[in-house]
Amino acid sequence: MSAPAAFDPAPRRESPPEPRPDGAWTRLSTLFRTTAFKLSLVYLAVFAAFAFFVLGYVAWNARRVLDDQIVSTIEAEISGLSDQYAAGGLRRLVAVVERRSREPGASLYLVTTPAGEHVAGNVEALPPGVLAEPGQTETAYGRGTDGDSLTHRAIVRIFTLPGGFRLLVGRDVDERDRLRAVIARAFGWSLLLVVGLGFLGSLFIARRVLKRVDDMTGITRGIMAGDLDGRLALAGTGDELDRLARNLNAMLDRIGELMRGMREVSDNIAHDLKTPLTRLRNKADAALGSDDPAVLRAALEATIEESDNLIRVFNALLMIARLEAGSSRADLADFDAGAVALEVAELYEAVAEERGVTVTAQAAPGLVVHGSRELIGQAMANLIDNALKYGAGGEPVVAVSAARDGDAVVLAVADRGPGIPEEDRARVLGRFVRLETARSRPGFGLGLSLVAAIARLHDGALLIEDHGPGLRAVLRLPAAPAPEAP
Amino acid sequence: MPEMRLLIIEDDREAASYLSKAFREAGHVADLAHDGLDGYAMAREGDYDVLVVDRMLPKLDGLSLIRSLREQEVGTPVLILSALGQVDDRVKGLRAGGDDYLPKPYAFSELLARSEVLARRRGSASAGAEPTAYRVGDLELDRLSHRVTRAGQEIVLQPREFRLLEYLMRHAGQVVTRTMLLEHVWDYHFDPQTNVIDVHVSRLRAKIDKGFERAMIHTVRGAGYMVRAGGEA
Repeated sequence: MSAPAAFDPAPRRESPPEPRPDGAWTRLSTLFRTTAFKLSLVYLAVFAAFAFFVLGYVAWNARRVLDDQIVSTIEAEISGLSDQYAAGGLRRLVAVVERRSREPGASLYLVTTPAGEHVAGNVEALPPGVLAEPGQTETAYGRGTDGDSLTHRAIVRIFTLPGGFRLLVGRDVDERDRLRAVIARAFGWSLLLVVGLGFLGSLFIARRVLKRVDDMTGITRGIMAGDLDGRLALAGTGDELDRLARNLNAMLDRIGELMRGMREVSDNIAHDLKTPLTRLRNKADAALGSDDPAVLRAALEATIEESDNLIRVFNALLMIARLEAGSSRADLADFDAGAVALEVAELYEAVAEERGVTVTAQAAPGLVVHGSRELIGQAMANLIDNALKYGAGGEPVVAVSAARDGDAVVLAVADRGPGIPEEDRARVLGRFVRLETARSRPGFGLGLSLVAAIARLHDGALLIEDHGPGLRAVLRLPAAPAPEAP
Repeated sequence: MPEMRLLIIEDDREAASYLSKAFREAGHVADLAHDGLDGYAMAREGDYDVLVVDRMLPKLDGLSLIRSLREQEVGTPVLILSALGQVDDRVKGLRAGGDDYLPKPYAFSELLARSEVLARRRGSASAGAEPTAYRVGDLELDRLSHRVTRAGQEIVLQPREFRLLEYLMRHAGQVVTRTMLLEHVWDYHFDPQTNVIDVHVSRLRAKIDKGFERAMIHTVRGAGYMVRAGGEA
């Protein structure tokens, strides 16, 4: 055996600092922390990435198409020019190049000696080494008007003619580059627009949602501060927030009900327990003044009796509270409610007979109920006890019956007494309620509320009915589902 | 009732010493333990007839204490005292290995009567099974044939009256309280509030003692009933 280990002291937790209302920044930071805002940001990022890829694909494709076009133009020119060279030699090639160079919108041409000296063409300057590499390349170049400066760009193809002469054909790409710049600008603006609009949109949505949540927070704070009558406003849209608000309202209704019940109970306790406690105290006080052992003894006995009564009240109150909290559901089982009715009737039959009251009891067989036999027994005892106490006056008969009514098992205790006026029937189920006619008799007004609590625990109900004349208390319990036939 | 040795495990010292004094006055011996661990050690080592265990104890709670004792095969009868009087608490207490359960507050006479019954049960458990017939003075009850005779004359009893007398006779010489009768004869544990049990006993008494000089069923003031041969009514 070892002693249970002592608990480590709980780690101290810093309470989060209360958000201080310091203006726009706080409001903004509250906004940034909202779920709606975060969600909007994520969407915004995804959308921006999407737009980026779409626009990028368009731009890349446009450029590729342009490049292809340039390259195929160059190919066509080269094959044309080399045909000219094959047919008419260098002279003819130079003549064609010279002619073409002068045409408006001409391509770029250059014919050089194997050593690289300019023979013909509209290209005046090239970076060194470009001509040495046959094939296609992109390079800077200078036109005839520019002198030696390399201010333009072109895609060129260099071709070595038979005999070592070089032929360069190219197309200026400034136009292409201008188009590319236009696309890039459009691209940038679109992206900026998407992000900007998205940002504003998410701000708007977040603020809208945030405002409703803030309203809810404000109202709930008021409720927490004690205004239990406050309720959340419904927007009537039936959306998630509305459903949440509705549920919170229903919860508040339930809490309010329980609170009222609690207040009622504590008021009742204050009144109905203080009275006998005062009586107890006064009796003991009065007895203190006496020297007569017989008086002292009687006072002590009265004290014990009075405290026993108080204990009964406490037990009944605790039991009702526990039943209503539903914490006694642990040990429920199937049992025959009819048998319980008969047993309890038999228990009271002797005491009834002594008072000149006949108790009749009948029960249908097999009235199986899922619940606590003990509690149903207690409920029946309370009902029969009540019938004996308050049912006097008419025909001295208390009828206990147990029968099946559809899906319900109906346990009833009926007397021929004065009954309870219709307007009081609902009231007598409350705690500590005692009708004027019962004030003179012993009791605390807890019997029926205990029975009602037991009925509720079993998902049943206690009904107070007219027995014409007399009172019929009916305990209606759901019948247990019949066991599978073997 | 021969002397009982009790161990009272109760952390409320005032209540515990009141109990020990009251048991002493009733002719018994009571040791005290004020927490669960002490109680457990004393219950394991000492030879007690009955353990009276409070449910809520420091260091080791009452139910765990009982469970541990039963695991160690200590079979001493245990009576649980509890401030929780609900039906499911009783069931939990008995499941843990308790033999009887008394919700607080209780009358000492009730505790005494129940302890004596437990101590007696311990004595008779070693003696074997329940006898098939009880005999107190000239009153005889045959559990098999369900016949009751007094001085050879048959007395006709209702089934419930028979069970009532059977329980009283099984505990002849011991005080049996009203709640014990309700528990064992009717199998209910609630507080009947009215004198329902008294009326049943007086009916039984009318059948058993009527016409005989000496009463069998005695009322023990402030406690309950006792079946005992001889003595005045």
